[in-house]
Amino acid sequence: MATAVQTVERENYLNSNYGIKSWLLTTDHKRIAVLYLISITAMFWLGGFFAMMIRLELLTPAGDLVSSDTYNKLFTMHGIIMVFFFLIPAVPAVIGNFVVPLMVGAKDMAFPRVNLLSWYLYMAGAITALTAMVTGGVDTGWTFYTPFSTTYSNTHVIGAAIGIFIAGFSSILTGLNFIVTIHRMRAPGLTWRRLPLFCWSNYAAAIIMVLGTPVIAITLLLVALERAFHIGIFDPRLGGDPILFQHLFWFYSHPAVYLMILPGMGVISEIVACFSRKRVFGYEFVALASIAIAVFGFLVWAHHMFVAGISVYAALVFSLLSYLVAIPSAVKVFNWTATMYKGSISYNTPMLYAFGFIGLFTVGGLTGIFLASLGIDVHVHDTYFVIAHFHYVMVGGGVMAYMAGLHFWWPKMTGKMYPEAWAKLSALLVFVGFNTTFFPQFILGYMGSPRRYHAYPPEFQVLNVLSTAGASILAVGYVLPMIYFVWSLRYGKDAGPNPWNATGLEWMTSSPPPTHNFDETPVVTWEAYDYEHQPQEEITVGH
Amino acid sequence: MAEHKETGSVGHIAPAKLYVAIWAILTALTLTTVLVSLVDIGPMNVVVALVIATIKGTLVVLFFMHLRYSPKLTMATVVAAMFWLFLLLSLTMTDYLTRAWPTYPGH
Amino acid sequence: MATSDIGDIQVAERALQHHFADMEQQRDTASFGMWMFLLTEIMFFGGLFCAYLVYRASYYHAFVEGSQKMNITLGATNTAVLICSSLTMALGVRAAQMGKPKLMVILLLITIVFGFGFLGIKAVEYHEHWVNHEFPGPSFHFETGDPAHPATDPQHTEIYFSLYWAMTGLHALHMVIGIGLVAWLVIAGLMGAYTPHYYNPVENVGLYWHFVDLVWIYLFPMLYLISKKHGG
Repeated sequence: MATAVQTVERENYLNSNYGIKSWLLTTDHKRIAVLYLISITAMFWLGGFFAMMIRLELLTPAGDLVSSDTYNKLFTMHGIIMVFFFLIPAVPAVIGNFVVPLMVGAKDMAFPRVNLLSWYLYMAGAITALTAMVTGGVDTGWTFYTPFSTTYSNTHVIGAAIGIFIAGFSSILTGLNFIVTIHRMRAPGLTWRRLPLFCWSNYAAAIIMVLGTPVIAITLLLVALERAFHIGIFDPRLGGDPILFQHLFWFYSHPAVYLMILPGMGVISEIVACFSRKRVFGYEFVALASIAIAVFGFLVWAHHMFVAGISVYAALVFSLLSYLVAIPSAVKVFNWTATMYKGSISYNTPMLYAFGFIGLFTVGGLTGIFLASLGIDVHVHDTYFVIAHFHYVMVGGGVMAYMAGLHFWWPKMTGKMYPEAWAKLSALLVFVGFNTTFFPQFILGYMGSPRRYHAYPPEFQVLNVLSTAGASILAVGYVLPMIYFVWSLRYGKDAGPNPWNATGLEWMTSSPPPTHNFDETPVVTWEAYDYEHQPQEEITVGH
Repeated sequence: MAEHKETGSVGHIAPAKLYVAIWAILTALTLTTVLVSLVDIGPMNVVVALVIATIKGTLVVLFFMHLRYSPKLTMATVVAAMFWLFLLLSLTMTDYLTRAWPTYPGH
Repeated sequence: MATSDIGDIQVAERALQHHFADMEQQRDTASFGMWMFLLTEIMFFGGLFCAYLVYRASYYHAFVEGSQKMNITLGATNTAVLICSSLTMALGVRAAQMGKPKLMVILLLITIVFGFGFLGIKAVEYHEHWVNHEFPGPSFHFETGDPAHPATDPQHTEIYFSLYWAMTGLHALHMVIGIGLVAWLVIAGLMGAYTPHYYNPVENVGLYWHFVDLVWIYLFPMLYLISKKHGG
């Protein structure tokens, strides 16, 4: 379709301007997405390195590789980096930044300079947190629970907290930009009912960024103040209540879990529709389920605190409210499956990741219901069951969706195809490696193995060895894409504007898109995912 | 672009007299709330203080901040802010207000 | 008149960023963005309001004793100063809307004077608390000043003062930023940056200024007026 166009190099966002300054001062949402891609990938590998250190230590029951203090710092830094500097920005700031303005038919985000500022704030936050880690590390766990973080820990809590505080403003501004862009920058005719589900889910995630992040920012500021001046807000010796910290922390950090998964759900909706050649089943319900998850997410936070000393009556209320989240989550899973029913499915890499996402997210979500039940939570609280549960959601869900989206939109971002066979292999490795790593941890946790210890009784060794072996497979599964994505930049086949024969405005412009996105502002007259009326060509690439 | 015609627009110019009138009411309410605080009316003190503060805040938002003349979207933003602040405060208080309740029957 | 209109429209066209279709879209977008930002500010202060609510409910008498140390005269004066500054700010935005840049600059300068007035009075209060050791930390010391009624719960009064300093301090920081923003408007206004076709920055800084006023409208009764007679 586009071979004639590709022979002459068209001006696009990558070749319109050269030099380091043209990147560092860019306000183009596509270039900012690439800046994020590079920095987030670096943080992913750093967090992954800490994860490998954790798994290597747990290979044997004795605490022999690192001391217990070092181990505390390892899992803390793994958590801080992966949560605040990888998972939260991953899908929105990389894929969302690139794709959302294209999807809504806009020339850029509503506030392009604020968008660049977000990236600088992210970098400033990351560098501050990394400085704290290099100069000695933090050992509080990523949750910074008081009074340990405010009074007893001798590590660099203030530095890490300030780093997250700064990165929080990056997140706030990104969310603000998404909401305003989706409200104000839509192309003529692109009504809310025609909006792609990826935009809906980023909108829902942005609600959490805008409403939740300020609360954790002020909370971490109070932690830093308390450490520096002993003001006593969370210190029980001074009459403060350490549980208040947990309330304020989880008011953001529980919705933040949905913030990590919601944009990923949007990715999956796009991919499932495209590779089943069908309109998403129950489009309105999937769209509203995103908003419902964002809103319900704010009603359930104290289920992290059942054994912390909160009132049992409050615990009952929060336990009950937590079950609410299962409804919109299930709506999504059922509707994706129904979309595939009688669809003409092709098994390209993005779709393989989407399969992985649906299965693993379901496991992660259902074990979340176990944990929301008061009785079971008391039994498995702070065990490996919890670790396995949230890794199923965050890695099995969040990272899988990120990888799916990266493969799906890589041709759009770079104009090149990745090698399909290698990509399928790595998707398989990730799936197998992931399950081998984390499924044994459900069993470990159920048998009572507590989290955050660097040594464990010998009878747990078999499951731990299995987990470490799985982590090695998982690592290979993540290294491979890194190599073939870079390889494809030079040697990949030209993708053409629409390699997947997909619907959506982003596929109607060239790949990579020109700086101003569209030659003329598109006018939308059709529903999202109008695959019934899309010419039924085979997906040509990668077969 | 899709909806900016139908939801109204910023840019309404209010008469200067209105602003001065709002200022006068705000100043009078400030004086009132100080005077009421000097009289002991038990738990009503806090109620009166917060009601007056809310009236003042509403006047500032509606007139000085032009919310009255703003698009519906802006109103929705303000309502969302109020709602989420309410969630934060009320759900946190479900814990603190019920901590002292008896946990086991007979204790 | 006609030539100045054309000049105004040219200023406006230069201010139109490439990704917007027209000035109206740009203005509505900027305004909505500012409201969204204020929403995040409400949640930012919301964390402190939550802490205040929890501790006030738990340590009511300690909070009453702490609030007795507040200088209501200065606090009420400061409230009035802020309300006046909001009036001049609102009139300043109005002047910008009507295309009277000189009037706008004058009104904004008055707003800045009120802003410094607020900070000056606040500094006097802070100094009083500081010399009386009413600053949380190792040097904190609290007495009611009435030998017949010694402090019942000085430890929890310290939490009251922690919140007092944190909330008013964060508010004062917002005032400082606000003064800086208004000063920037004055300079840009003198350079003729704003016309009735383009005044988003004036509108948005105005929103910010009123928001900071709004926060104080709540802080004043919460911290100063808990109870002058009750409790103790």
